[in-house]
Amino acid sequence: MAELEQRGDRAPVPSKWEYESAPESREIVTLEERYGLFVGGEFVEPRSGEYYKTIDPSSEELLAEIPQAGAEDVAFAVGTARAAFEDGWSAAAPAERAKYLYRIARILQERSREFAVLESLNGGKPIRESRDVDLPLAAAHFFYYAGWADKLEYAFPHRRPKPLGVAGQIIPWNFPLLMLAWKIAPALAAGNTVVLKPAETTPLSALLFCDVLRQAELPPGVVNIVTGDGATGAALVKSDVDKIAFTGSTEVGKAIQRELAGTGKKLTLELGGKAANIIFDDCALDQAVEGIVNGIYFNQGHVCCAGSRLLVQESIYEPLIEKLKRRLTTLRVGDPLDKNTDVGAINSRQQLEKIEELVAAGKEEGAEIYQPPCRLPEKGYWFAPTVFTNVAQSYRIAQEEIFGPVLSVLTFRTPDEALEKANNTPYGLSAGVWTEKGSRILWMAQRLEAGVIWANTYNRFDPASPFGGYKESGFGREGGRHGLEPYLDFDGAEAFGG
Amino acid sequence: MAQAPALPTGFELPLEPRLPRIGSVDQVAVEARATDLSRRSIKREAKLFALDLAVRMMDLTTLEGADTAGKVAALASKAVRPDPSDASIPSVAAVCVYPNLVQTARERVGDSGVKVASVATAFPSGQSPTDLKVAEARRVVELGADEVDMVIDRGAFLAGRYAKVYDEIVQVKEAIGETHLKVILEVGELGTYDNVRRASLLAIAAGADFIKTSTGKLSSSATLPVTLVMLEAIRDVFEETGRRVGMKPAGGIRNAKQAVQTLVVVHETLGLDWLTPDLFRFGASSLLNDVLMQIRKQKTGRYQSPDYFTID
Repeated sequence: MAELEQRGDRAPVPSKWEYESAPESREIVTLEERYGLFVGGEFVEPRSGEYYKTIDPSSEELLAEIPQAGAEDVAFAVGTARAAFEDGWSAAAPAERAKYLYRIARILQERSREFAVLESLNGGKPIRESRDVDLPLAAAHFFYYAGWADKLEYAFPHRRPKPLGVAGQIIPWNFPLLMLAWKIAPALAAGNTVVLKPAETTPLSALLFCDVLRQAELPPGVVNIVTGDGATGAALVKSDVDKIAFTGSTEVGKAIQRELAGTGKKLTLELGGKAANIIFDDCALDQAVEGIVNGIYFNQGHVCCAGSRLLVQESIYEPLIEKLKRRLTTLRVGDPLDKNTDVGAINSRQQLEKIEELVAAGKEEGAEIYQPPCRLPEKGYWFAPTVFTNVAQSYRIAQEEIFGPVLSVLTFRTPDEALEKANNTPYGLSAGVWTEKGSRILWMAQRLEAGVIWANTYNRFDPASPFGGYKESGFGREGGRHGLEPYLDFDGAEAFGG
Repeated sequence: MAQAPALPTGFELPLEPRLPRIGSVDQVAVEARATDLSRRSIKREAKLFALDLAVRMMDLTTLEGADTAGKVAALASKAVRPDPSDASIPSVAAVCVYPNLVQTARERVGDSGVKVASVATAFPSGQSPTDLKVAEARRVVELGADEVDMVIDRGAFLAGRYAKVYDEIVQVKEAIGETHLKVILEVGELGTYDNVRRASLLAIAAGADFIKTSTGKLSSSATLPVTLVMLEAIRDVFEETGRRVGMKPAGGIRNAKQAVQTLVVVHETLGLDWLTPDLFRFGASSLLNDVLMQIRKQKTGRYQSPDYFTID
């Protein structure tokens, strides 16, 4: 029990109150030593014969060996998906497709604890987030698109929607299962078959998802999972697919777009971001602080729409920064499986090095750094929540996507200036506006060049709400009715004059 | 030379670097934050610490028309020694009663260190002339109360007559002198978190030592988000002025789990300094037995029948 400290004539106050560790049990997850590629409803050994190791980034502990799929493996998976498309899936009654999607959604809900633990184990994110955000949202996406599967004619009246064929999907490591749901649910609802490549560092939840597909009795070959690094992704892009959906870095997105130019394959890209989170002086200050924290420290800042550029009106700069710093001292950094952890581990050594490099650049350029006192574990990849103040628009930390728990703070004086600074970036994925004035929210939202704009909140997602970027943050939308469109052809368009 | 027009009294600008901010509260966000904090997992020693603290912070309360000397005497005995079978259980902070029962409570708690708090100012409605309210507050102090729990005039507040609310608190404070003043906002009647924040700042500005959520007479009372909003107002005052104001959620906190969640909110909003009965209290009647039961569970590893805990 904590000691009491006597302070003058006041009643004694405790010198500390440490919450005891409250780890979620790992028992629920059963790991294989070595996994296969999931093709045609079976786990198969890779023809490449190659494997790589996947680890727990919070401890660097080896979790399993994962196949490194080569071009031949990818071609096999795509061929299997093609066959499944032609042998029935494309002709199946839409209500049948809905049935499978509903089943998958329900099984995800039933097995959510298992998935949440695995997601935190392999990705480093706090269990609080995988449990309360990733899993409920992933299931919600399947439920949502299950509802559309037999209503496509109503989603696009007079346009006679038809599936494309085989969709190749490449997803990132920041929300492994959720991004899988964003990709697979609309593709299947629209009647396509799928070859999906999970991120190199976080393949385990996608491989466990294969078990869900079997449990749901989804016809073999409708969903195929190939694992591997960037080379596997490149092979998938070059393969005989009808569409590529990619979520990841702008650099890779550009390469994919160059590769696909002139091939007739459809493409959607959801790329990087450097979102402005704009704080006006009339906002609810304490709640804005929560929004800032959620905007940049959620998932260790490994969020493409993270509110990484904080624009603060100068008249409240000081009290806001004081509040923010104080709040950072209450963030609990540590074991991702501890239910009280707010900020978990950085996903990989490579990402940690990138963050460290940019933070060093920020210091060198003259920004002022603040990090709350916190003890980081010795093993694994960790980075303390960081705030940079005195940041100029020209600094690298204000321009480049850091993809880590690092916030750059800039100031503005008027709404026009806020808008100008917010839009002064090659990216345009998301933005946040904090003000009590409704008319100002609308004024800003009409002018901000960003695909998603949050007002008085941040990082809220819903399957019914389309998500996607402007400018170098990509094109195409995921979620909502809009999210179906990239997975459909519309041959009726001509008949009705476009 | 043209002269700048004089500002009306009360509207002079302060000489501080910034204009004072009343600020506002975003309902969705504050409720989300409270929900997040309520999910902290507090186990074993950390929980035992919180439960022990909850006992020491408790204002054991009975505020019924049917209260008698017998009832209050029993309550006061319980306050001094909450669990006769376990000497390590501390006394609670105070007993809280109606003015007529202050003397009984006073005699019973004796020199145990347990304080006697009395409600006053036409509790619970506050719908009486100001002079009667002030007289009542003065009288309960004469009767032996260490602490006065007054209600604000919600009628005046909701009609926008903030000055009346403010003046009444100032007058009561003046009338009771050094006696500890808790100001009850009755949040269930204020309607919005913005109003809760405004009323909190108003009461603090008028001299409240504590701000308190509720009378306990309404079903809607000391919810976690309301407590958070009031703690944030207290934090803003502390950061601007260095003055420490206390907080008392009352009504609706019936079990140990809620009490621990509330302490987590205090801890993560105001820090360790507020984890003392000097600055934080629970107003409750049925909470104590659940806390005692949980303490014994933590110590022995087993739940015991409610029959082992006295009903007072």
